[in-house]
Amino acid sequence: MIKSYKFRRNLANAIIYIILGVMCLIWISPFVYLVLHSLRADGGVLTNNALLPKQLTFQHFIDLFAGSTSSSLNFPKWFMNTFVVACFSCVISTISVLAVSYTFSRLRFGMRKPLMNIAMILGMFPGFMTMIAMYYLLKIMGLTDPTHELFGFVERQLVGLVLCYSCGAGLGFQISKGFFDTVPRALDEAATIDGATKNQIFWKIILPMSKPIVVYTVLTSFIGPWTDFILAKIIMGDTHENYTVAIGLQLMIDPDHKTQYFQQFMAGSVVVAVPITLLFLKMQKYYVGGVTAGGVKG
Amino acid sequence: MTYVEYKMLNPMQKFAYNFKKFFKNAPGAIGRFFKAVGLAIVHFFVGIGKGFKDFGVTFVKGDWATKLSYVIFGVGDIHKGKYYKGILYFLVEVLYVLFMVFFGGEYIYKLPTLGTATKVVEYDEFGFEKVLDHGDNSMIILLYATLTIVVTIVVFAVYISNIKDAYRHQIMRQNGEKPTSLKVDAKEFLDGKYHITLLSFPILMIGIFNILPLIFMILIAFTNYNGKEHLVMFDWVGMQNFGNLLNVVDSARKANTFFGIAGWTLIWAIAATFSNYILGIIVALMINKKGIKLKSLFRTMFVITIAVPQFVSLLLMSQMLTQDGAFNILLSHFNGGVNPRIDFLAGTPLMARMTVIIVNCWVGVPYTILSMSGILMNIPEDLYESARIDGASPFKTFTKITLPYMIFVTTPQLITQFVGNINNFNVIFLLTGGKPSNPDYHSAGYTDILVTWLYNLSMGEQKDYGLASAIGILVFIICATLSLIVYNNSKSMKDEEAFS
Repeated sequence: MIKSYKFRRNLANAIIYIILGVMCLIWISPFVYLVLHSLRADGGVLTNNALLPKQLTFQHFIDLFAGSTSSSLNFPKWFMNTFVVACFSCVISTISVLAVSYTFSRLRFGMRKPLMNIAMILGMFPGFMTMIAMYYLLKIMGLTDPTHELFGFVERQLVGLVLCYSCGAGLGFQISKGFFDTVPRALDEAATIDGATKNQIFWKIILPMSKPIVVYTVLTSFIGPWTDFILAKIIMGDTHENYTVAIGLQLMIDPDHKTQYFQQFMAGSVVVAVPITLLFLKMQKYYVGGVTAGGVKG
Repeated sequence: MTYVEYKMLNPMQKFAYNFKKFFKNAPGAIGRFFKAVGLAIVHFFVGIGKGFKDFGVTFVKGDWATKLSYVIFGVGDIHKGKYYKGILYFLVEVLYVLFMVFFGGEYIYKLPTLGTATKVVEYDEFGFEKVLDHGDNSMIILLYATLTIVVTIVVFAVYISNIKDAYRHQIMRQNGEKPTSLKVDAKEFLDGKYHITLLSFPILMIGIFNILPLIFMILIAFTNYNGKEHLVMFDWVGMQNFGNLLNVVDSARKANTFFGIAGWTLIWAIAATFSNYILGIIVALMINKKGIKLKSLFRTMFVITIAVPQFVSLLLMSQMLTQDGAFNILLSHFNGGVNPRIDFLAGTPLMARMTVIIVNCWVGVPYTILSMSGILMNIPEDLYESARIDGASPFKTFTKITLPYMIFVTTPQLITQFVGNINNFNVIFLLTGGKPSNPDYHSAGYTDILVTWLYNLSMGEQKDYGLASAIGILVFIICATLSLIVYNNSKSMKDEEAFS
C-alpha cells in the first residue's frame, strides 16, 4: 500500500516535471531564437531557411552601435534618449506616486474619498483617448518642435516625452497605497505621541520601512519609457534622431528597412531586453513582495 | 433554505441553487448600483444647495470687510491682520481678471460657434500666397476655452475659500483671538495640512496633462472634427457621432463596424482573461506542489517572459509568425521540407483571431503564475495541518481549502484583468495591427478591438477625431460600470483598514 502510494506520487511528479519542462521550453524558446539570430552570421531568417544558425558573429551588434550613425537609424542616440527620459521621468513619477499613496493611506482629510474616486474614474478612460489633446497641448507649449533646442542643448521633444510619462503617474497609487496600508498604524501613533510631525513620520518611519515598494515603484517607472511606443511615436513623428528605442526598433522592421536591418533589429532587441530582464530578475524578490503585499489581500 | 438544508444538497443541486441565486440577485445588485449612483448625484446637488445657503448666511452675518471680500478677494483677511494671505487672494483675483481680459474671454466668447472667420489669402503678382488673416482654428479655440473653464473653476474654489477665511477671521476677532503668523502656518503644512503639501504637485500635473485633455476630448465627441474637410474649422453636432455608432439603419457602415468590433472585443476579453487565469492557476499549482524541486528555476523561466519588454516579445512574435517566419520553417520540417506558408496573422479571420488569443496566453500566463504563487504561499499552513490531522486526502484539501481560497482572493483581480483586456492595445496592435482587413468595416480589420479602432481613427489614414472620442466614451462607460460594481463589492475596498 505504502509502496504503491509512493509510486503513484513519483509518477505524478514525473508527469508534472515533463509538463513543466515542455512549457518552459515553449515560453523560453522565442528568446533563445532571438539571441541566436542576433548573433547569426550566415544570412538572416529572410534569406536563409534554417532555424539554427551555423556560424556566430558579433557583427550586427557592432553595426548597431558604430555602423549606422550616419543614416537616420541611429541606435546609440536612441539609446541615450531613452536613458535620459527614463531617468527623469523615473524621479518625477516616484515622487508623485509615493506622495499620493502615503497621503491616501495615512492622512485623513475631507476631500480624501472624493479625490480617490476621481482618480479611479480617470483611470478608466482609455489612455490614448487623450493622445491628440496631449499632442496639441505640448505643441502649444512648444515642446514638439525638433528644430530649436531648449537652452541650446535640451531637445524639446524629449522634455515633452518626460512630461507625458510622469505627469499621470500619481494616478497609479493603488499598489503602493495597499502596501502602506499594511504598515501598522501603531507606529504612526507612537511617533505622534513622541512629537513627530506627519512630515517626519513619512521620511523617517514609513519610507525606511517600505523599501520593497519604493524599489518596485522606481523600477516600474524606469522601465516604462523603454517599452512605450505610442506616445513617443505621436510626439516624435518623423524626427528619427529623437526616437526612443521602442519606436526605433519598430522602424527597423517596417517594410522599407526590414531587408537591410532585420538582424540589427534582433541585436537591438537583445541590447534592450537583456539589461531590463536582469534588472527585473534581480529585483524579482521586491516585485513579488510588492505585488503580493500591496495588491492582493482579498 | 436554511444552512443545514443547503449542506445536505448534492454538488449538482448546490450548483443549481447558486446559479439560480446569482441570477435572481443580479437585478437587485444592478438596481442597488444605480440607486447608489443616483444617491451620489443627489448628495452632490444637496451639497451645492448647502453651499449656496452658507454663502448667503455668511454675507448677512459678515462685517463690512467680509462683505467686501465677496467682490474684492482678501479684503477680510487684510482687515483682520492676516496680511500675507489677503495679498495672495488679491493677487489671484488680479491675475484672473487680466487672464480673462487679455486671453480667456475671447475664447469663451467664440466657444458656441467654434469660430467663424475663414482663412483669407491674397496672391501677389508673382503668384505667391500672402496670408491676410489666418482665420479661426476651432481646435485652438476649444482647447483654450477648456483651459479657461478649468482656470475659472479653480479660481471659484479660491473665491469660496477666501469668503470662508474672511468669516473665520471675523469670528476669531470677535472671540478676541489673533490670526496665526506666517511661520506657524508654514509649519502646519508639514503636519496638519501635510496632504496639501504632498498632493499639490501631483494634482497640478494630473490636472494639466490628464484632466484638461480629457475634458477636451469629451467635448470633441460632440463635434465633427475629422482629418478631411473639418481639419481647421469644425462645429458642434450634438449626439451625431453616437448616433452614427448605434444607428444600424441610417449609418449602416459605421454602426455595423461598431457592433462587429464590440462583439469581437467581448469574445476576446472573455477568452483572453479565462485562458490566462485557468492556465496560470494550473501551472502555479504544479510549480508549488509539494515534492517538486527546482521551484525557483521554473518560476524564473516564466518570469523572464514578463521581464522582457512587451514590445520586444510581441514584435518578435509577429516576425516569427509571418509566412517566412520561424514557425513556418519549423512546420516545414514536418511537412517534408515544403514551407506551408501559413499566414498566421493576416490570413483568414479565424486563424488570426486564434493566433492572437494563443499568443496572448504566452504573454499573459506568467503574470498569473507570479501572482498566484504569491497567494498560494500565503495560505496559512495550519489550515492544511488541521485538515491532515482530521484525515483529509490531498484531493480533498485541494478542493476544500486551496481552490476556495484562491477563487475568493482572485475574483476582483479577474474582473480587473477583464477590463484590462478590453483595453489591451499592445497585443493586438503589435501582433496584427488589426489585420486581416475587413472591406465592410469603417477603417478597421477583423482582429481590431475597440481601442485599436479608436487608435486607427485618430492616427490612421481616415482620421475622424469626433467618432474616436465617442468610442472612447462608450468604452469608458462599459469599463466604469464593470469596475464600479466590482470595487463596491470587493472586500479590500470595504475593509480598507483591516491590516493596519
